[in-house]
Amino acid sequence: MAEEKKLFKVTIDNITVEVEPGTTILNAARMIGGDVTPPAMCYYSKLKGSGGKCRTCLVEVAAGSTADPRPMPKLVASCRTTVMDGMIVKNITSEKVPDARAGVVEFLLLNHPLDCPVCDQAGECHLQDLSFDHGKEGTRYEFKRRTFEKHNLGPYIQLHMTRCILCYRCVYTADQLTEKRAHGVLDRGDHAQIATFIEKNLDSDFIGNVIDVCPVGALTDKTFRFKNRVWFTKPVDAHRNCTKCCGEVQLWMRGDEVFRVTARKDEWGEVKESTKGGTGWICNDCRFDKKSVSDWTIEGPSNVSRHSVISQGHYVGLQKPTETMPAVMGGRQPRLLMDIHSVSEVNPESVELSKINRPAHSSDFNSDKS
Amino acid sequence: MQSLTSRAKQVDRSPMTVVERLYLWNIFKGMWITLKHFFRKKPTIHYPEEKRPFSPVFRGLHILNRDEEGRERCTACGLCAVACPAEAITMEAAERVSGEENKYREEKYAARYEINMLRCIFCGLCEEACPKDAIYLSETFAPANYQRKGFIYGKDDLLIPHPKENPEEYQKAVGSRAKAPANA
Repeated sequence: MAEEKKLFKVTIDNITVEVEPGTTILNAARMIGGDVTPPAMCYYSKLKGSGGKCRTCLVEVAAGSTADPRPMPKLVASCRTTVMDGMIVKNITSEKVPDARAGVVEFLLLNHPLDCPVCDQAGECHLQDLSFDHGKEGTRYEFKRRTFEKHNLGPYIQLHMTRCILCYRCVYTADQLTEKRAHGVLDRGDHAQIATFIEKNLDSDFIGNVIDVCPVGALTDKTFRFKNRVWFTKPVDAHRNCTKCCGEVQLWMRGDEVFRVTARKDEWGEVKESTKGGTGWICNDCRFDKKSVSDWTIEGPSNVSRHSVISQGHYVGLQKPTETMPAVMGGRQPRLLMDIHSVSEVNPESVELSKINRPAHSSDFNSDKS
Repeated sequence: MQSLTSRAKQVDRSPMTVVERLYLWNIFKGMWITLKHFFRKKPTIHYPEEKRPFSPVFRGLHILNRDEEGRERCTACGLCAVACPAEAITMEAAERVSGEENKYREEKYAARYEINMLRCIFCGLCEEACPKDAIYLSETFAPANYQRKGFIYGKDDLLIPHPKENPEEYQKAVGSRAKAPANA
């Protein structure tokens, strides 16, 4: 009896779920899943205290609770508003929400450089998805976008402050996963920026996870920088015995080359729970240094949503056709076969891009020519 | 049976007369037709010396564009390769180092860029996909070759000549069409 009383009934877009008291509207919507879930740029369920900054998760509350069925006067941030019994929430059925969200997207994109062709996050960028799903076509902003002095965060993490939306996820990550946080948000307002106060390398063991939590391309993997586009690499689940972390990762491969190692992500783009329990954060060793297939036990291709650009060209369930030529010609190969590697300069066997521990430069490409 | 066209003619199978059997008359008749064509307007052109103008939507060999300062526009974003239905385009990107700012427009550039002309179907989707105005289909054909090796076009073959160092060649590559690909 007492247990039954505990659950709150909440209706989101005419779908009713029963959730525990203290659940936020966003998490209740995630229990339903699908289109009903509001997008979230700053909220991260695995990081305590995150949320409430980006305003993309705004929803309309049509009735506060059964006890007090008045609607909430303004749209509320669903990641920070807890449910009440009998609450009625409107997200996609609301008239106000799409408009407000388009406005939020426009604000988020005010200073965003839109350098997606250069950005390594393109293809798995939450801001791209958000602006595609909820944004308007153009911007009304006429002024110069803010720029920052380049700030070096060491050999592993590349900071592009112009792309940052100040979601604070990386700050919480450093607080909650590492012993000592070395970076934070400096200055205020338009000048607010992610930086270390005195130029300093980020080198705690788990600091690489800021790359995974960053919803945009502000923090990217320097060892993967410009090596390949996300959608040309193939995500593969793999694991290894790691003393520091769970060792369960996703490898982004091309052929036998491991281009990038990330933590596994769930359907909300957040780091998955590991099978050993706890969130599957991975350590810097696994992320940056283990770039050979021999380091890993490969479990198989990851599941990628077929609506994602990453699923292009991966040919899941590929069946290699049998070579007809030798069968027809009595076991003889045709004499005029062209091996593409004898002509093509792209992807030569002499250069393994994934083994270079920094972005490739012109010297890497010219040296093998001579 | 109703004939299919109004120009249908019954075959005349009556035996030939003496004049007809000489064939001379018919030879003169034929020669007359040949003679008439000497003074007609010629429908053919002398190809290598004279070339037909290209249609404004003609899609020929690709060129990789440069901006007005001669810097390469391509940033190796891979959108052409992902748009390509024939999977003819491959590339490798590199980071621009200091001192190369006059060569590449953005901090990332295509260190290698290859189009396999054997696979290319000249559909122009790469041109449409390009966010940087970097690739255009020009008004040239891919020249014939004796070997398939010759159809793997690298950056040396694709890059447009430098607009400042080699303005004549550049203009030639830009072509004569109204919507010139130069510096859009």
